[in-house]
Amino acid sequence: MPRPTPFHPRTSELCTSMAYKEWAGCYAVCRYDTYHDREYYALRHQATLMDATPLYKYEVRGSNAADLLSRVTVRDYSRHSVGRVSYVCWCDEHGKVLDDGTVTKLADDHFRLTSADPALAWIHRNSRGLDVTMTDVTREVAALALQGPLSREVLRPVVGNGIDELKFFRAMPVRYAVEGPEVEGVVTRTGYTGDLGYELWMDSADALRVYDAVMESGTPLGLLPMGLDALDVSRVEAGFLLNGVDYTSARSAFIEKQKSTPYELGFDWMVQLERDPFVGQAALRQEKIEGPRRKLVGLEVDWDDFEAIYESFGLAPHLTAETCRAGAPLYEHGQQVGYATSRTWSPTLKKYLALGTVDASLSRPGTRLEIEVTCEYERHRAAATVRPTPFFDPERKKA
Amino acid sequence: MASHDYDAIIVGGGHNGLVCAAYLAKAGQRVLVLERRHVLGGAAVSEEIHPGFTYSVCSYVVSLLRPWIIRDLELSRFGLDLIPLESSYLPLPDGRDLCRWSDGELTRDEVSRFSRHDAEVMGEFSQAMSKIGRFVRPIIDSPAPEPASFNPKELMNLLRLGRHFGDATVDQMELRLKLLTMSAVDFLDEWFESEVLKSPMSVSGIIGTFLGVRSPGTAYVLLHHYMGEIDGAFRSWGFQRGGTGGVSNAIASSARHFGAEIRTEASVDHIMMQHGKATGVVLENGDELSAKQVVSGCDPRRTFFGFVGQEHLPDEFSQSLQRYRFRGSSGKVNLALDRLPEFSCRPGDAHLRGDIAIAPSIDYLERAYDEAKYGTFSRRPYINVVIPSLVDPSVAPAGKHVMSCFVQYAPYDITEGAENWPSKREAFGETVIDTLAEYIPGLREMILHKQVLTPWDIQEEFGLTEGNIFHGELTLDQMAFQRPMSGWARYRTPVRNLWLASSGAHPGGGLMGAPGALCAKAMLGTEGS
Repeated sequence: MPRPTPFHPRTSELCTSMAYKEWAGCYAVCRYDTYHDREYYALRHQATLMDATPLYKYEVRGSNAADLLSRVTVRDYSRHSVGRVSYVCWCDEHGKVLDDGTVTKLADDHFRLTSADPALAWIHRNSRGLDVTMTDVTREVAALALQGPLSREVLRPVVGNGIDELKFFRAMPVRYAVEGPEVEGVVTRTGYTGDLGYELWMDSADALRVYDAVMESGTPLGLLPMGLDALDVSRVEAGFLLNGVDYTSARSAFIEKQKSTPYELGFDWMVQLERDPFVGQAALRQEKIEGPRRKLVGLEVDWDDFEAIYESFGLAPHLTAETCRAGAPLYEHGQQVGYATSRTWSPTLKKYLALGTVDASLSRPGTRLEIEVTCEYERHRAAATVRPTPFFDPERKKA
Repeated sequence: MASHDYDAIIVGGGHNGLVCAAYLAKAGQRVLVLERRHVLGGAAVSEEIHPGFTYSVCSYVVSLLRPWIIRDLELSRFGLDLIPLESSYLPLPDGRDLCRWSDGELTRDEVSRFSRHDAEVMGEFSQAMSKIGRFVRPIIDSPAPEPASFNPKELMNLLRLGRHFGDATVDQMELRLKLLTMSAVDFLDEWFESEVLKSPMSVSGIIGTFLGVRSPGTAYVLLHHYMGEIDGAFRSWGFQRGGTGGVSNAIASSARHFGAEIRTEASVDHIMMQHGKATGVVLENGDELSAKQVVSGCDPRRTFFGFVGQEHLPDEFSQSLQRYRFRGSSGKVNLALDRLPEFSCRPGDAHLRGDIAIAPSIDYLERAYDEAKYGTFSRRPYINVVIPSLVDPSVAPAGKHVMSCFVQYAPYDITEGAENWPSKREAFGETVIDTLAEYIPGLREMILHKQVLTPWDIQEEFGLTEGNIFHGELTLDQMAFQRPMSGWARYRTPVRNLWLASSGAHPGGGLMGAPGALCAKAMLGTEGS
């Protein structure tokens, strides 16, 4: 049975839909209301607050902390400054992606790593000979994602004006002004929505008081609690991949074909090859020379084409409001050339978007493909065009 | 051939003019937009009339802005930011009330307090309407059919529409004919018993027309709420963050991005004519600007009688245009409030985040029309209220609010003559406030500032003839291939090289953008795409 997070006393009170799912062993709200669209619109217009506690969280400490992270991930941490946050993936020795997450440098000898899957044992295995301790703080540290154009206004009264100085993908230590004595924690300017936003980290014991302070500050500004359904729409708009949906971790894959390299996932930019040895280095060098055989891309389904299929049945076009995670084949000239993994209607862009994997030769933006569309239990194909991601990239995200 | 300053000059920086400019610029044309006022947007404009308070001065909700235009012009990237309306609230003088929500189950609960029958039938009604509404959408998204044409393409288009009609079951045919001919009230009577539900539903049939809810021909507008948009009926209505002008600004930014030049405070005096062709414009300051094509984003009467002149028009066209009905019937009152108004029927604000209708009964609405018919504004008018500051704090200082009131009926032709509207402005504003105060005790004390727009003001300030918000009544005889008149529904005009891209062209008014976009496509010869 899933366990409640430290925020459960508040979120369960607000979750009138009773729609939960299991996320990393925890209860996670899908949507607070009957439909998730109010939360989605609050995210894009005001601000939303999501319980992100189920993320796996690890503290990496010691004089070799940076060395360990450089050894196990595809990035070189030797020159990261304190306060920097980075998005990163890590691979097995064959250069196949195991997971992705963020690394925050809190001090010269102190990092915090988040991941979708448990990572402790594997990283530990690679730490031989290093002065480093790794602690699982998944339960001890609670996390809130405060996202949306007004998130800075919501946060300012809670952590002070210093928040105005916090740059994109940077972290700062904060004192949360809450009921009772102030509470220490960390705020990072990160998120999974592609919007302006912050993630708030604190001891689980302080979780409720921080939650109350943020809600109190945000409610007059239209802040709403948000669940995973709205998140899933926004993350596709932002072009973010989801482990287990858009790619399979090499650890969970049953066959080779299910595994992916960072180059296939579009993580080329984060791979730093020429440096001290790291896990998967040789395989990734080879992959870089040969080039990936397939690539994960953004796709826009041609709406007129999609509508025409429904029209031929005498129907108005229909899509589920949630992001669809059922795969759909992609074709070029009748030949299957890939598959879509996440599909969603973007209420902001008025576009039917997808993330999918295609033959590398067909990954250039503008390439015309076809996607399978099932209407009235019949299979049809609609045109789809490869597009650069993020699909939605507001200036405020980095401003 | 003489060289031209521009490929196209667009007269009027309203939302349709801007949409047209953006499409032309995107196709590589050298485009200039000329706007008389200091702000862009025409009737889709936001202005800080009272310090700290931003009014969506005229158009106050974004309803049917076409999704394909949002896609084509990448409007989300350029600042389009629509916050959907959550509900539709009706307070009643006797303390009862009804709130219709985007959540169907909640609405059922609300309606069943008045009629269990109606609560059940609502589902059937929306199913039936959605089936028909599906056919409305293609009509507003493509140029009007030309019924008298022998062009094979036209015939095919007509056949396609005919096929839709022919496919229909007898029931559906009957429903369609009823929708086209009946009054909103008669039509709703066939479905529902509770006036509390019918009354607010029926008003969508009269907005912008000089008709009453019992006038035949008002039923079909109900369809516009069931057009099968992917975002759903409620979701297609929204507030632009920062006020409606933000929509125009987003379109303008897109147009500039594609290379269009836009000038404000550039008032056009007349359209230059040579050998029966439009060759450019002359500004009020005397500057002459030439262009291969001239596009008007203004209403048909202003365009042809104001900028072209009858001497350049065929007599028959002029006569038709004389008969084209404007008959503005509405006014607007914008209020700055020092706190959130509370309705005596229901405390709190959850139900105030959408629109609020003062339409307590069908008789009330019909009486309001009666008064207008005989040349006075309604003593108790239909009012459509929104409080955008509830969902968009950027339009008012913290804790304070803006309240936008669309008021019908305020007939352009009052007994005293339209030009005497200014002397009635104060009384008109007071009537609106008195009416609202019956539902919001203490409203008068909350008012920090008020702006009252009569049909005369709408004409004089925003250039909308007779104050008609749609550039001419949206009645069946002035729609599709008859908009603005038979034979000229395809954005071309009797003046060569002059095009009409405004709400006075098919598919008509509202913040749709479709006339502007379809005009640009006609000019570029890309109608089919």
